[in-house]
Amino acid sequence: MSVLEIIDLHVSVETDQGTKQILRGVNLTINEGEIHAIMGPNGSGKSTLAYTIAGHPKYHVESGSILLDGVDVLKMTVDARARAGLFLAMQYPVEIPGVTVTNFLRTAKTAIEGEAPPIRSWIKDVREAMTGLKMDKAFAERNVNEGFSGGEKKRNEILQLELLKPKFAVLDETDSGLDVDALKIVSEGVNRAKANTGLGLLLITHYTRILRYIHPDFVHVFVNGRIAEQGGPELADRLEDEGYDRFLVPSNVG
Amino acid sequence: MSAASALSKSASKTMPESTTPALADPTAAKSVIPAGQHGIKEHSDGRFGYVPVQTRSDRFKSVQVADFETVTGREAVWKHSPIAKFTDLTAGSLDGSRYEIESTVSTDVSVEWVPRTDARIGTAGLPEERAAANAWSVFDDALAITVSGEEAKEITVTRSSLGNSARGAHTIIEAKPFSQATIILQNTGDARLSENVEIILGESANLTVVSLQEWNDSAVHLANHFASIGRDARLKHVVVSLGGSIVRVNPSVRLAGPGSDTLLLGLYFADAGQHLEQQVYVFHDAPKSRSRVNYKGALQGQDARTVWIGDVLIGNNAAGTDSYEQNRNLVLSEGTRADSIPNLEIETGDIVGAGHASATGRFDDEQLFYLQSRGVSEDEARRLVVRGFLTEVVQQIGSPELEARLQLAIEAELIGTDDK
Repeated sequence: MSVLEIIDLHVSVETDQGTKQILRGVNLTINEGEIHAIMGPNGSGKSTLAYTIAGHPKYHVESGSILLDGVDVLKMTVDARARAGLFLAMQYPVEIPGVTVTNFLRTAKTAIEGEAPPIRSWIKDVREAMTGLKMDKAFAERNVNEGFSGGEKKRNEILQLELLKPKFAVLDETDSGLDVDALKIVSEGVNRAKANTGLGLLLITHYTRILRYIHPDFVHVFVNGRIAEQGGPELADRLEDEGYDRFLVPSNVG
Repeated sequence: MSAASALSKSASKTMPESTTPALADPTAAKSVIPAGQHGIKEHSDGRFGYVPVQTRSDRFKSVQVADFETVTGREAVWKHSPIAKFTDLTAGSLDGSRYEIESTVSTDVSVEWVPRTDARIGTAGLPEERAAANAWSVFDDALAITVSGEEAKEITVTRSSLGNSARGAHTIIEAKPFSQATIILQNTGDARLSENVEIILGESANLTVVSLQEWNDSAVHLANHFASIGRDARLKHVVVSLGGSIVRVNPSVRLAGPGSDTLLLGLYFADAGQHLEQQVYVFHDAPKSRSRVNYKGALQGQDARTVWIGDVLIGNNAAGTDSYEQNRNLVLSEGTRADSIPNLEIETGDIVGAGHASATGRFDDEQLFYLQSRGVSEDEARRLVVRGFLTEVVQQIGSPELEARLQLAIEAELIGTDDK
């Protein structure tokens, strides 16, 4: 069984006002097959954690480590991390002009598997995954994310999650900007991916509503760049009722 | 982000030329701008009575090099070009003798040298600048490619040994009425060449002309293509510039007959130090004529430079015309510059459509990150994006063999630049 370990992770970014410390000692272990929800107020560093795992060059790891089955992820390039089995569903996926969804999916699958997928079964897989996400066939020939609505972009992210079959996926605010129908469709896609591959999930969200459709095993509350509290699904219910206020008293600011 | 400087530099060049005031977008196209319109007179901004040339078709033309002043670089037609690097072509004496060509053979297509007295010479257009007039003044014989026969056919004419001395050349491509063909002009090797190419389409002819510039790194090539399209005839004109130090291919197309139609495509990839330029001019001079212009270019490497100027003039007798021109540039690295200048002049209000678009975008770090986060390596990501960007033009050429070869040539450009 695979395991993703985040150990005492400290991360900063360069801003116009100088270096800004964002993550201040994050510890988290995710086993394959587990769903962890990371919840927290805006600006607490949730997305920074997501992008640091994926390897975005903007974030500087000051200390700590990320290990995938004992192997140092921080030494890997962004594409090597993806090939090792990590996946990030982005909050704001960028447009890739000139590259169709079909072409993009095939290229990514080929890169991750190390060889081109067998054409017949691949086309079938893509079609099934798109049908499951209620994506029109015409999507396949559109350029990646170009002119996509917010909901379409999120579906396109989950389409990739289903087809690329990572060991661990980080979903960065996948629920934001989705109406309830789209949220259900996207959640079903995530649950399907989990049922099919048994991947581990790190679900980053501000709100609890996605947790009605994707049930977490563990909930972590993120405040000021570190985990302030953790527990089971019941912690999410409590946050739903109380909000984040009790974590934001000045004494907690580190 | 570090992209900002390159982006703003090229983006600032997407503004229309101030010397062409009769600029219009599709929504404004309905308004008629009559001659002698109020306001077309000297500006009040202290330019001392200077009135710029108003209409594209009014530019000075001559076949005599002596009729043109020495090139200063301030001329509209030269101001984006590195003129100091080819004074031999604008001011020197050129070798106008025949040169070696290789040509594939097809029935109903003749390739031959014809004397200066050939009746077709000068019927498609005349030089508007000094390098073109210089070439026109010196050529001994013109290379004439004459197409007849209604069946589709393709020939390739290759120049690969022009050498390093300054040359002037003249080519005529004539498609007889109702004829059909694809003519590929392939250019490789060394060159210091100024040339004029006349393309004449008879009634209902259907001609594709592809000019392919894959010169050696030091080559300089200045070309003017003049096309005249007869009634219901259709010209597809494709400029592909990949190799050469300075390559400037300027197609001027006159839609001369009612119902005439043209598709002008361009594809260019400038790498470090390369200057690739194209000044496209479409003159709608007949009713119900149609034009589409689509030029796409990629830039990568220090001082990679591209220039695209797209002039469309819809004449006052060109009722019911439909035109659209666009230029897209993809900037792949720092230190490049893409100028993109669409100009649209409309002399009749009775048109179906007239529009233009220009955009210069950058393959940026976020796009790279997105592709890499899906397992795609940096090199492959770049290839994917460039291939996707340029394929749209390649696929419209309509010659499967050439299209396949160009895809490979584009890949080679990407790899070639990586090494620099």
